[in-house]
This record gives sequence, C-alpha cells and structure tokens, in this order.
Amino acid sequence: MIINHPLLGPRDAQEFTYLGDASLINRPYWLSENALREFHDYLYLRDNPAGKHRELWFHEQGDRSWLVVTRNTVTHEITKVELARDVAKARPKPEVLQ
Amino acid sequence: MRYSALRLIKESLTGHKGWRPQWRDPAPQSAYDYVIIGGGGHGLATAYYLAKEFGGARIAVLEKGWIGGGNVGRNTTIVRSNYLLDGNEPFYEMSLKMWENLEQDLNYNAMVSQRGILNLVHTDAQRDAARRRGNAMILNGSDAEHLDTDGVRAMYPFLNFDDARFPIKGGLLHRRGGTVRHDAVAWGYARGADMRGVDIIQNCEVTGFRIEGGKCLGVETSRGFIGAKKVGVSVAGNSSRVMALAGMRLPIESHVLQAFVSEGLKPFIPGVITYGAGHFYCSQSDKGGLVFGGDIDMYNSYAQRGNLPVVEDVIESGMSLIPALGRARLLRSWGGIMDMSMDGSPYIDKTHIDGLYFNGGWCYGGFKATPAAGYCFAHLLKTDRPHDIATAYRLDRFMTGHMIDEKGQGAQPNLH
Ligand SMILES: Cc1cc2nc3c(=O)[nH]c(=O)nc-3n(C[C@H](O)[C@H](O)[C@H](O)COP(=O)(O)OP(=O)(O)OC[C@H]3O[C@@H](n4cnc5c(N)ncnc54)[C@H](O)[C@@H]3O)c2cc1C
Repeated sequence: MIINHPLLGPRDAQEFTYLGDASLINRPYWLSENALREFHDYLYLRDNPAGKHRELWFHEQGDRSWLVVTRNTVTHEITKVELARDVAKARPKPEVLQ
Repeated sequence: MRYSALRLIKESLTGHKGWRPQWRDPAPQSAYDYVIIGGGGHGLATAYYLAKEFGGARIAVLEKGWIGGGNVGRNTTIVRSNYLLDGNEPFYEMSLKMWENLEQDLNYNAMVSQRGILNLVHTDAQRDAARRRGNAMILNGSDAEHLDTDGVRAMYPFLNFDDARFPIKGGLLHRRGGTVRHDAVAWGYARGADMRGVDIIQNCEVTGFRIEGGKCLGVETSRGFIGAKKVGVSVAGNSSRVMALAGMRLPIESHVLQAFVSEGLKPFIPGVITYGAGHFYCSQSDKGGLVFGGDIDMYNSYAQRGNLPVVEDVIESGMSLIPALGRARLLRSWGGIMDMSMDGSPYIDKTHIDGLYFNGGWCYGGFKATPAAGYCFAHLLKTDRPHDIATAYRLDRFMTGHMIDEKGQGAQPNLH
C-alpha cells in the first residue's frame, strides 16, 4: 500500500506503524460524570467496519508525524490522508474547557 | 451411515455406489429452538453438542456461504494446550482432551495427529519464560518438556543452530500438541449434527435481528425471517458486523492472517516448529507440503488476502530458521479474517439482549478451541450459565478489570 503523506508525498506503508481507529484521538474528558464508562468504551470498543475506516498511522521511519488515513478495509483503497494534528485541532472542545 | 473398514471394503467391491451425501440440504423452517449463525468449526460444533449432549430440540445452523469456507478451512491446523494463564489453560486442556477422542466420537477421520509442538528459545530470558509456561501447563494437567540444544538437534538437525544473532538454546516440547485435518473437522461435525436432526442451511446470510422489548425473537436472512427462542452468534472475523446488526459494539478488531504451503516434499519435519526470534511456524502436511505462517498484516482488514511485505517477512524468518526452505517452491498462499480481541483471549457470553449469545474473539488460535468452544457455547445456550471451565470469557471483563492478556500487550489487538 502507498500512503500519500500530506507533507512528503507518496510513501510505502512499510515506513509506518499502525495504531488503529482514529476515534482514539477523541480521548474522553476525565471529569465527565460517566468517565469510567466513557474511558472503557474509548479504550476497548471498536466500530470495526467493513468498508470506509479512519485510522491512525505513525510515520516511524519518516518524519514521525501521525496521520489519519481513510482507507477501505475491504479493498485497501486509500481515499484521504490528513495530518492527525489538523484533525485533532478541528474537534470541538469538551464543554467544560470552552 | 456409519463409516467402518467393513463398509469401505464393501463399497470397494461394489464400485463405490453406496456412499450418500454426508448431510442434507434442507430448506429453512419458519422457527427453531436454537439458531446458530455461522457454519464454521465453532458453529457446527455448538450445534453438534447441543443436539448430542444437551437435548436441544429444533436446531439450525445458518451459513452465508458454504460450511468450511471460513477460517476453519483456512487455518494452519495446529492444536495445542500450552497457554500460561488460569483463565485459558484449563479450557485449552479440555479442548485437547476432546481432540484426542474426537474421531471416535464423530465416527469420522479427522486425521488428528499428536506429532508434538516445539517452541524454540534463543535467549536466557526466553528459556525462563518457557520454563514458567511449562510449569503452568503441567499444573493444569497438560504436558511439557524442556529440551537443551542437543535435544533439539536430535529432533531437527537441519535447523540453523549457530546463527550469530539468534542461536538455538533449546525448546519447550509439548508432545500431545499437533495437527488436525481442518476441513474434516467442519465436515465431521456437520455430519454428526445432521445425523442428530440439525438443519444445516447454507447460502443463508443473516442480515438482521428481530429484537422487541429487549428480547431477540429471531433473525432476518437472505432466505426470509427465521424465528428462534435462542440465537447463538459464531461468525469469527465477521463478529463486529453481525453484532452491529443488534446494535452492539464489540471489543474486537478484524485483521487478516496469511498462511502458505510449499510443493510436496519427502517427509522431513515430523512435528510442528515455532521460531522464537521471528514470526514463523512450520509443519509438514501428510501430502508433503510445508505448511507455514507468521504475523498478521497489522492493520484492520476484511479482505481475505494479505499484502506482500508480510509475505516477505514470513519467508525471511523461515529462511533464517530453516535454510533448506529456500530450495522449496511456494505452492499457494491465502488469508483469513480474524476476530482479534482486546486482550488476545476469546468471549463466550450472553449479551444484554435476552436470547442473544455470542462466541468470538478467537484471534489466530480458535481452531484448537473448536471442540471445547462448541461444547461450552452449547452449555451456555442450554443452561444460561457459563460452563465452569469458560467462566473467564466474559464480554464485560475490561470493565471489571479481569483481562486475560497472555502477552501483556494491552488493548492493542494487532500485537496479540
Ligand atoms: C491463516 C490462518 C491460520 C490459522 N492457524 C490456526 C492454527 O494453527 N491453530 C488454531 O487454533 N487456529 C488457527 N487459526 C484461527 C482459526 O482458524 C479460527 O479462530 C477459527 O477457525 C474460527 O472459528 P470458526 O471455525 O467458527 O470460523 P469460520 O470458519 O470463519 O466460521 C464463521 C462462519 O460464519 C459465517 N458468517 C459470517 N457472517 C455471516 C452471516 N451474516 N450470516 C451467516 N453466516 C455468516 C462465515 O461465512 C463463516 O463460514 C488460523 C486462522 C487463519 C486465518
């Protein structure tokens, strides 16, 4: 597989390591009322879809940036690659922090 | 029809005209007492034990393709009882004991071959870990022996003993482990279940559940609605997809694992060898092909095929352990989708929906579990209580802190 890195252009997927579902960016707020349940779901439960999947890849043997790759888990086709920091910054903040 | 030597002789003399199909091809009825989703090893074994041991009444197995087309027909056929942790080892020991008696029980030749499994060690730390594991195995009624380098050399003189980086320092030998002809397991259980009245319905994909007031009333399928008092889901790599139809999210990711077989060679590997310094394990089939595999492809996948970098990695590891491998030609490679769980251990549990039960999360090691998983799942379906030996396989164990993490890797399914 080739991952089209937003800064470096097309790179072999072998240069990366894989973490998993990009929802791992959305760490729950530790003071929320349901923090225990939210952290459980965050850490252990997955949508695990067959088809479009947004996932975190780390460019370990490259510029060491984290990417959010949108890939089809049935065909391995990659349709979008973003810097994880851009994705993280675009999230709404939890209410308490606003 | 019972199979026997006498029967074989009789058929040979009469042109083999008397053999009958091993199971019927019934149309689905409108309702059953038990519906098992998934005609893999686990689903068929569950139906078999429900019918045979637990007096289950009307039972159906629904399979979206053909039975044996999933992981039960794609694995590398290794059966063993060499786990470390209390939640696991008694279960796998029960399974191995069931394998030892399976062919007599099923009246079916599943080619159960206890040819021994040798886990190689290459460092002092690995030797310590192997000793600890061996002791845990013995404490749970399994068998384990420690071999030094000479002991390994006597069994497998052709291994690469003096590698500068990973010399072979010995191994943990599990003599009762071995291999079983994988699709014969599916066929044997299917025939046994069918003989006891189970309807095995192929080309019947489950597309939804009918759930009312927190109770599961049956399943929607490509062949219409089928009512059921209890539904057991046993769909391996498709676990998340099927349970999503019931609105559930699981502690599972699907990953692809590849396997390989070489051209047929004269016998030279009598048992199963696993490499301790890379992801590689190998045995030789009765036809002579070297059957081997290694690591999963590392990223979520529902494609029943893998990518080339892992092929290269497996073959490199193989070459560094068995240099003679380089002379053999590869015949085939394939992939299967595995239900990788969050701690590397499986689930056999009720769900929060009345009448809906789940068996899955078997990772790359569910073939060896087939008899015990079928038995314990049938027990749960019939009695609503987990079998004593499978009480640890709860879906909520991450909430309660009772993980069964053999490798201590944490919630990172691709590392288990
Ligand atoms: C390459 C490879 C090597 C392996 N090596 C080993 C090994 O050496 N030792 C070991 O112990 N284990 C091994 N495993 C793991 C083992 O094969 C699996 O854990 C085990 O087979 C899973 O249980 P099963 O047989 O019931 O699965 P499957 O045979 O996959 O059965 C599940 C069935 O469910 C059906 N299904 C899915 N969705 C639906 C639906 N919606 N409706 C109806 N039916 C549906 C599928 O078509 C499939 O037939 C290996 C796996 C692979 C891929």
